[in-house]
Amino acid sequence: MAYVPGPVQSIERAAAILRLLARGSGRLGVSEIAGSLGLARGTAHGLLRTLQGVGFVEQDEETGKYQLGAALLHLGTSYLDVNELRSRAINWADALAARSGEAVRIGTTLDGKVLVVHHVFRPDDTLQALDVGALLPAHATALGKVLLAYDANAMAALQDTPLELFCRRTITQPRELGRALVEVREMGWAAEVEEFTVGEAGLAAPIRGQGGLVVGAMGISGAVERLCDPRGRPKPTLVTYVRDAARAVSRDLGASRW
Amino acid sequence: MVERYVMSVDQGTTSTRCILFDHGGRLVSVTQREHKQHFPKPGWVEHDAMEIWRNLERIAPEALSHAGATPDQVAALGIANQRETTVLWDRHSGRPVGRAVVWQDTRTDSLVDELAARPNADMVRERCGLPLATYFSATRVRWLFDHTPGLRERAESGDVLFGTMESWLIWNLTGGPDGGVHITDVTNASRTLLMNLTTLAWDDDLLAFFDVPRAMLPDIRPSTETYGRASRVLPGVRIAAALGDQQAALFGQTCFAPGEAKCTYGTGSFLLLNTGTEPVRSTHGLLTTVGYQIDKEPAVYALEGSIAITGALVQWFRDGLGLIASAPEIETLARTVEDNGGCYIVPAFSGLFAPYWRSEARGIIVGLTSYITKGHLARAVLEATGWQTREVVDAMNADSGLALKALKVDGGMTADNLLMQFIADVLDVPVIRPMAAETVSLGAAYAAGLAVGYWADLEGLRRNWHRAAQWLPSMDPGRRETEYDCWRRAVERTFDWMKPGNT
Ligand SMILES: Nc1ncnc2c1ncn2[C@@H]1O[C@H](COP(=O)(O)OP(=O)(O)O)[C@@H](O)[C@H]1O
Repeated sequence: MAYVPGPVQSIERAAAILRLLARGSGRLGVSEIAGSLGLARGTAHGLLRTLQGVGFVEQDEETGKYQLGAALLHLGTSYLDVNELRSRAINWADALAARSGEAVRIGTTLDGKVLVVHHVFRPDDTLQALDVGALLPAHATALGKVLLAYDANAMAALQDTPLELFCRRTITQPRELGRALVEVREMGWAAEVEEFTVGEAGLAAPIRGQGGLVVGAMGISGAVERLCDPRGRPKPTLVTYVRDAARAVSRDLGASRW
Repeated sequence: MVERYVMSVDQGTTSTRCILFDHGGRLVSVTQREHKQHFPKPGWVEHDAMEIWRNLERIAPEALSHAGATPDQVAALGIANQRETTVLWDRHSGRPVGRAVVWQDTRTDSLVDELAARPNADMVRERCGLPLATYFSATRVRWLFDHTPGLRERAESGDVLFGTMESWLIWNLTGGPDGGVHITDVTNASRTLLMNLTTLAWDDDLLAFFDVPRAMLPDIRPSTETYGRASRVLPGVRIAAALGDQQAALFGQTCFAPGEAKCTYGTGSFLLLNTGTEPVRSTHGLLTTVGYQIDKEPAVYALEGSIAITGALVQWFRDGLGLIASAPEIETLARTVEDNGGCYIVPAFSGLFAPYWRSEARGIIVGLTSYITKGHLARAVLEATGWQTREVVDAMNADSGLALKALKVDGGMTADNLLMQFIADVLDVPVIRPMAAETVSLGAAYAAGLAVGYWADLEGLRRNWHRAAQWLPSMDPGRRETEYDCWRRAVERTFDWMKPGNT
């Protein structure tokens, strides 16, 4: 049998702190928490700082006491506000558009679809319309494939709905989509070549937040002949631009390892 | 071939930033350091000029090393700076005399009242294009004289020097006490209340009015010109441009033709309109200021609408009221409702700037009913920025006789789509965000690169400008008028709140 590690002590202690804070009505100081749980003050402080960093506890500025954080109450919903995601990504999205010469979009998951939360025009000053707020099909776009690849729930939500056909090359078989997503996870980026619109292609990479959680996808899209080589494979320099930009945003969001 | 870059320094209100740009105007590396804000008394805001200089000493070499570059790869350095902030320093020791007094500081308000009551006070606006207000530099110098024994004498003998941040940094970069060059550029000089707008020189009558000795003042130079070479920090690098930050943003947005305007949305917001080579005197509460001067060419003037509180209202909503956790969440909250529910917020926190210039006004929230939720308040917060822009644009159109056709925007608030759409709606013109978010830094880099021939001409710079996003007006005209009327009535209710003696 494989080696099964024992419980992680610091997680047990963090859980105890949360239970303690949830139990009382008021706020507790570090010493009170350390005293109640029989922890060294320094240990309790370290745990509290980490919990504060992820938003599970909050510290009152005046008294220095701790209470449960707002993030705990909305655990299932917004981990990162989409408008904040846009603010944090805007400089890197601009730089990606300038380097690649293509339109940039950032997407998050909404009801099994991709919600466009940010859009930078292709830098050629042609007439383009802002499509922030638009919904794109997840299985037929690079942004969507990234979001599906790193979110089991979004993938599950797709199981019951038939995959709509947009072009000859649209993936409509769940099995095939599953294989494509495995590949996305292996490569760390996704491509879509004429699967949504004839003549168009897209590339995307994940934006990660604290702890590596994927909070969105960032990518470029444009004419196949600009994004791909003559054999229809994504150009490596463009892939690098997209991945670097998504990584830069991730670093700003506190995803240290990416 | 070795890649060459242009470096810009943006010495801002809260931080100093150093950016390397490549020939395409694209950002290559960025370093940044915040400095401490000192609030010794209510209404007072100070910076430590030495701390700011040390920050530059640190971030400039860092920006080079991030890009793997050496100083000889820097074609030129351009500086953009927070405007009006006043530094006095000792020419011999190189030490600042006390802390720098920041543009937001209102300690000179009674001095301003006193000066405004003088019979020849009208001369000020005629000569320098600015209203008498605490916002500008000259009254601060006078205040420092009045409160520091012996300072006036040291200034008269030229032992103590005056400058805004670009003067201080250039003096230090070029050697400090050891032969430092003491200069300012026309755009910064145009914010002191001491420069004659037509001659672009210090004006004796203004100097006498504010009691500022000529011996302490820097030489006024064009915005782009090789002022000298750095002897420290970036040895050998040519210092080739200086501009006030808002003028730098005008340049970075490539508003080179009369009638072109930009608005930068940050803590406050500043709309500048290029009016060409003749200064346009405002009769609608705007400032007349220098936009830029390229080398020996005639200066290009601008009309400016300065709004004190825009992003700062969002910050207050976050920190003062605690209704949101981060500034961008204001949009999320505002989108939970359809409209403002009849509620308006006028953020006259320290009076109103353009176009009213009423220092006795204070902020209000009107139209409160039990129907109002925090969502409506969030809408009202964002709408306040829209309506304040509209008032400034109306004044611009009236003063210039031109009707604004589109507004180029930049700054942190341009990430807010709801706000940008609202601005397009209330102005009834398209709102356009360019691809370079850092327009202040880009403008300083452009000006410096132009001075040394790194970029050939203004047309070349224009080609680097690309549209990143555009919002088109879609509000029903009837609704726009009704709402504007409500806003104006709300503004009137802020007037005359402070009475003499109740500060
Ligand atoms: N998404 C947003 N919506 C509204 N206001 C915002 C948003 N993001 C940032 N802000 C505001 O913009 C300001 C920061 O913009 P920035 O250009 O960095 O300003 P400054 O250079 O004056 O510090 C802050 O006052 C903040 O409240």
